[in-house]
Amino acid sequence: MAARTFTIDDQLISAREGETILQAAREHGISIPTLCHLDGVSDVGACRLCLVEIEGSRALRPACVTPVVEEMVVRTDTERLREYRRMIIELLFAERNHVCAVCVANGHCELQDLAIAVGMDHVRFDYAFPRCDVDISHPLFGIDHNRCVLCTRCVRVCDEVEGVHTWDVAGRGADARVITDMRQPWGEARSCTSCGKCVLACPTGAIFRRGATVGEMERDRNKIAYIVAAREQRW
Amino acid sequence: MDISELLTIAEHERTMRRPTCIRCCTALGCQSAGSLSLKQRLEEAVAEVDRTDIEVIGVGCMGMCGHGPLVRVDPDGVLYEHVHAADAPSIVAALDGGDATAPRGDPQHPFFTLQKRIVLENSGIIDPERIESYIAAGGYQALYCVLHDMTPAEVIDVVTRSGLRGRGGAGYPTGLKWATVAKSHGDRKYVVCNADEGDPGAFMDRSIIESDPHKILEGMAIAAYAVGADQGYVYVRAEYPLAIQRLQRAIAQARRLGLLGAQIFDAGFTFRIDIRVGAGAFVCGEETALMASIEGRRGQPRPRPPYPAESGLWGRPTLINNVETFANIPPIIRNGAEWFAAIGAEHSKGTKVFALTGKIRHTGLIEVPMGVTLRQIVEEMGGGVPEGRVKAVQTGGPSGGCIPAALLDTPVDYESLQRVGSIMGSGGMVVMDDATNMVDVAHFYMEFCKDESCGKCIPCRAGTAQMLHMLNLIRSGQATAADLARLEQLCIMVKETSLCGLGQSAPNPVLSTMKYFREEYEAFVRDEGLAG
Repeated sequence: MAARTFTIDDQLISAREGETILQAAREHGISIPTLCHLDGVSDVGACRLCLVEIEGSRALRPACVTPVVEEMVVRTDTERLREYRRMIIELLFAERNHVCAVCVANGHCELQDLAIAVGMDHVRFDYAFPRCDVDISHPLFGIDHNRCVLCTRCVRVCDEVEGVHTWDVAGRGADARVITDMRQPWGEARSCTSCGKCVLACPTGAIFRRGATVGEMERDRNKIAYIVAAREQRW
Repeated sequence: MDISELLTIAEHERTMRRPTCIRCCTALGCQSAGSLSLKQRLEEAVAEVDRTDIEVIGVGCMGMCGHGPLVRVDPDGVLYEHVHAADAPSIVAALDGGDATAPRGDPQHPFFTLQKRIVLENSGIIDPERIESYIAAGGYQALYCVLHDMTPAEVIDVVTRSGLRGRGGAGYPTGLKWATVAKSHGDRKYVVCNADEGDPGAFMDRSIIESDPHKILEGMAIAAYAVGADQGYVYVRAEYPLAIQRLQRAIAQARRLGLLGAQIFDAGFTFRIDIRVGAGAFVCGEETALMASIEGRRGQPRPRPPYPAESGLWGRPTLINNVETFANIPPIIRNGAEWFAAIGAEHSKGTKVFALTGKIRHTGLIEVPMGVTLRQIVEEMGGGVPEGRVKAVQTGGPSGGCIPAALLDTPVDYESLQRVGSIMGSGGMVVMDDATNMVDVAHFYMEFCKDESCGKCIPCRAGTAQMLHMLNLIRSGQATAADLARLEQLCIMVKETSLCGLGQSAPNPVLSTMKYFREEYEAFVRDEGLAG
């Protein structure tokens, strides 16, 4: 496989052909914030947090789906990108009812981590305070739409790794919601195998294991990638 | 089917014509004003006077939709407007002298005389429900010529040299797109006609399909031959029932005559067209979302590249063009690239169809050469606003912007419109008078974009909702100057970070009204001191 050499933030690095900017950057310890990306499942380029600047191109490109090109010059940490990332996180907080202090995932939440990483200390937008349901019809798990960021990691992991496609998205725009089966309560969704991969995949406290304490909310998301790799390489 | 059979059909159709033809518009606009019962009454009135030299035919759009139902009596070209069914006998009687009770329209009005009809050449003339009518107007001869006399590369060359650019809005060179699809490798290729027109105030594509459906099919077939596709889809929204019905009929007729399907014109070329009816989501006009919808998945865009030309429907090379783009193809093949390239502006060749609506005297469908000024369209052809003065013209729908009256001398071409902060878009043109509040206009478009955002990417989903909220604050007098600055900042962020064209262009109506009509925003802003 051919190698590619390119520059990220003034640092010359090498990558394998076909690798994305995100993969190459992470291999070299350069962190680019992401939310919808999850190792082991396909990328959708939806959260826009991994947008980077590429020299010679006016448009910003999502690092998770942009393949490395020989000699490209990438900037991941400009003033403009930092401002946009912060604004995106603020928009997410204002969109639903994210209150870290009373959240089961407090301390184990990627949204919270991102907010800290981008330096968000307050939200400049008005909270929308939408009415969101909590579904605890499933005996093991629950979904709290107040905390959902619509990253669709649950949708992809259920479809691509478990192969069941219990989860999907219904509705448009701000009214979009993740759903189980044909919008039945999760407990009645007959396709669900209760495998718990969606719980592992969820970046926030939206999909949770019932009865778990805050301390038990830590999730090993590498397991998803581990399963996929094991399956592909037949360890 | 061979060329002699095609010409026989055309000849037969022409000999069957009667000396006097009463053309009654049966496009959707006039139908909603009662043109179907009018047409029936006209037929009855002709039967009553027992005249075999008169025929009544239903035709497509004649243009001046705001004055419908329209009736034209040929060969004299007498135009009647606002015709009621009760006027029918008097229109027939007027052929023998006497006055019709319906008001006379003026075919010499600039609305008609300043037009240059290429896409709409058959619109309002032929019967869109009969393939013979299209064939008599020269239809399918371009397809024959392409299949028998030209190589695919030659077809692409003609389209490239014509200078035709995509009429869906962005203006990508059509020949280049075709060449890319032709060069892409795939075991199958597809041609898709994007008829998912959804801009508020736009009805060009609907009218084109309703008035001349075969032209789209012929354009698609030529494209399919050029790029090497054997399957086509017309993606049309369910809100266009008449367009869907006429397309279905047209496809069935073309298939019956062997103009679609296997071995078209015995040339070893196979092309099939199917209709896909969309549920009417604005975002499904975006090509990657449109393809997802055709594949039976949720209509959501995905990042590009890969572009459809390389990896489209089911991962195969796919050519996607807009209705109007395909409608330009048969005339270009018939008349040559040089003929087309001689029409229009330097970098925008040919004509553009606009749906002229809003506060204007003559609303309707017009086709003008590129390069005419907005003033000519609005003031001369449209007759200006009924009361007061023109304040702004909105072009390009929710993706476009508001152009102030001071810039009415801007020529209508891709680059000029972009320079003044708007776009050509698919061709909606909404005229606003000085009673219009521009903050309200921005609010209207933002509400549309917020409702139509698919919800996939955060900047568009949450950003449009937040922009709408801020516009509400402004309109209710609760916003401060700092909020205006914040709104502007948010607009730029959404524009630069959104995943697809919907999000990237959603802030345009706000940004353009803020640029040209800032004082109207400021009038709503409350005193900073009071805000605390």
